[in-house]
Amino acid sequence: MAEKTITGTSWNVYDANTMSAREIYGRVMRELAKTNDKIVGVTADLEKSTNIGIFGKDFPDRMFNVGIAEQNLFGVAAGLAKVGLIPFASTFAVFAALRGAEQVRTDICYQNLPVKIIGTHGGISFGQAGSTHHCTEDIAIMKSFPNMTVIVPADGFETGKAVEACLDIPGPVYIRVGRGFEPPFHKDHNFDFEIGKGQLVKDGTDVTIITCGIGVLQSVNAAKELQEVDGISVRVINIHTIKPIDKEIILKAVKETRRIVTVEEHNIIGGLGDSVAAVIAESGKGCAFTKLGLNDEFAVVGYPEDLYAHYKLDSSGIADSIRAIMGKEFEADEDWSDEV
Amino acid sequence: MSKLSIDELKAKAKELRTLIIDTTVWAGSGHYGGALSSADILTALYFRFLNIDPANPDWDDRDRFILSKGHSGIGFIPCLHLRGYFPVDELKNFNHFMSPFGMHPDCKKVKGCDASTGSLGHGLPMGVGMALGAKVLKKDFKTVVLLGDGECNEGSNYEAMMAASHYKLTNLIAIVDRNGFMIDGPTETVMGLEPFADKWEAFGWTVYECDGHNMQELCDTLDKAWANDTGKPVAIIAKTVKGKGVSFLEGDVRSHYGAFDSAQAEQAKQDIANM
Repeated sequence: MAEKTITGTSWNVYDANTMSAREIYGRVMRELAKTNDKIVGVTADLEKSTNIGIFGKDFPDRMFNVGIAEQNLFGVAAGLAKVGLIPFASTFAVFAALRGAEQVRTDICYQNLPVKIIGTHGGISFGQAGSTHHCTEDIAIMKSFPNMTVIVPADGFETGKAVEACLDIPGPVYIRVGRGFEPPFHKDHNFDFEIGKGQLVKDGTDVTIITCGIGVLQSVNAAKELQEVDGISVRVINIHTIKPIDKEIILKAVKETRRIVTVEEHNIIGGLGDSVAAVIAESGKGCAFTKLGLNDEFAVVGYPEDLYAHYKLDSSGIADSIRAIMGKEFEADEDWSDEV
Repeated sequence: MSKLSIDELKAKAKELRTLIIDTTVWAGSGHYGGALSSADILTALYFRFLNIDPANPDWDDRDRFILSKGHSGIGFIPCLHLRGYFPVDELKNFNHFMSPFGMHPDCKKVKGCDASTGSLGHGLPMGVGMALGAKVLKKDFKTVVLLGDGECNEGSNYEAMMAASHYKLTNLIAIVDRNGFMIDGPTETVMGLEPFADKWEAFGWTVYECDGHNMQELCDTLDKAWANDTGKPVAIIAKTVKGKGVSFLEGDVRSHYGAFDSAQAEQAKQDIANM
């Protein structure tokens, strides 16, 4: 098995088929900490829930639990970074992006500090907990902060890669993961991962799905179904880095497929879809375009798989939406009567 | 630099107050009330206590200082000039286009500034992080945070106070510039803080109270804080007067923020000379 080389360290790869993204994150962090003594951990009473405790168990002198106090969590992380350490700050996505947002912006991003924020239970992955614990706004919030890099890995394997690669970014990084029960997309760790570089996971010529997080596996499954049942050739792009976004891979898809659908576990306002839309609009080129996600609403309660089906973020929901967009054509004509 | 004597510190504090008036004129306006109330505290710290090297502002082992009441930048930044971080000419562009110096200090631009501040309730959490970091790095530098009293309405301070005592941060010193005023009026009218010392004590801190304008008392208190053998973080509640040193500002809520015309600036400097 090839070993990771992004930062020159190596670590044993954990089995994402039996381990959640959170568990892998804690373990990768622990491995990295063995050779990088600047790594410290901070959490707000979620040592166990976010699995940063896996690192803390081996490095108790470098792990700080500040209690249920997220403003302090990110202020403390900033202070640790100011004296030369590399803090991983871990809490639920909703508390990172909302409760501690000003500290993330002003203490961490404004001072451009190398704090690595791991937001777990992102999106509607903690469906049964309700809207207080869902987070479908974090991508919008985090990407609007200058200096912040925003990553939404597809699964545990990719989370491990992101946790390691984020050490190469001199400033703040936000990594959003789910609750950990999502099936993995990658089969193993043998794939290239570069922050800011989208991954073509399936080629196609009729339409392109641009997605991140849980959307990657679901979109690939939808693409298979569409190919087999409808004869539609679907390209799937995994944009794990929302900011900075890979414009090149998006525009290539616009040129070659002329239909773009974005899929994300986030409000369709402010997330991946809007980032992709901006790239398309700024290019001056046109295409048929649809954003799939939470349609500016708070999600209902339910187990995640039921919610993904309800919000059409599972493979059959995505396939239905693709069928609908196939009837939409990009119009290169001057006739605006059907648009305006 | 050798540590200044009490008399030298008093003279230096006058020099700082005068420069606060000048800088307010150059800047066009400023939060002079809170800057003047903390002038003696800043002078004592920068000319007697903080182990720093203006020629090497990023020295790893230096003591850290966070101006949590970031709006007093118009006192802090002139103090950094007096301590030798940059020439006085740079102050003349304060607040103006592309100046490194705005109302609230930006540590990416202000030499000698350890943390960007301005939004209240942010300094103490960052100070807790720096003090914890010193322990991880096995360094013995101190972290000092200067807070405003009105700022102590912010809940984040109490999160940080809990964490500081939980982690027994004896290398952390919080100083509160207790001038008694916030923008809308006296602290006890707008949102009462008393019994203030009891609050810090209840959160597990060793608390000292002193006259924030009596240089001898201030230095004696800082000596105790520096030698901290109490096993707890130390808070100093320094009783001060908003606008201290300027007759028409002292103890007046209107001294929070404003501008001087030339006659007022002259009067202010005359008052300071007569202190």
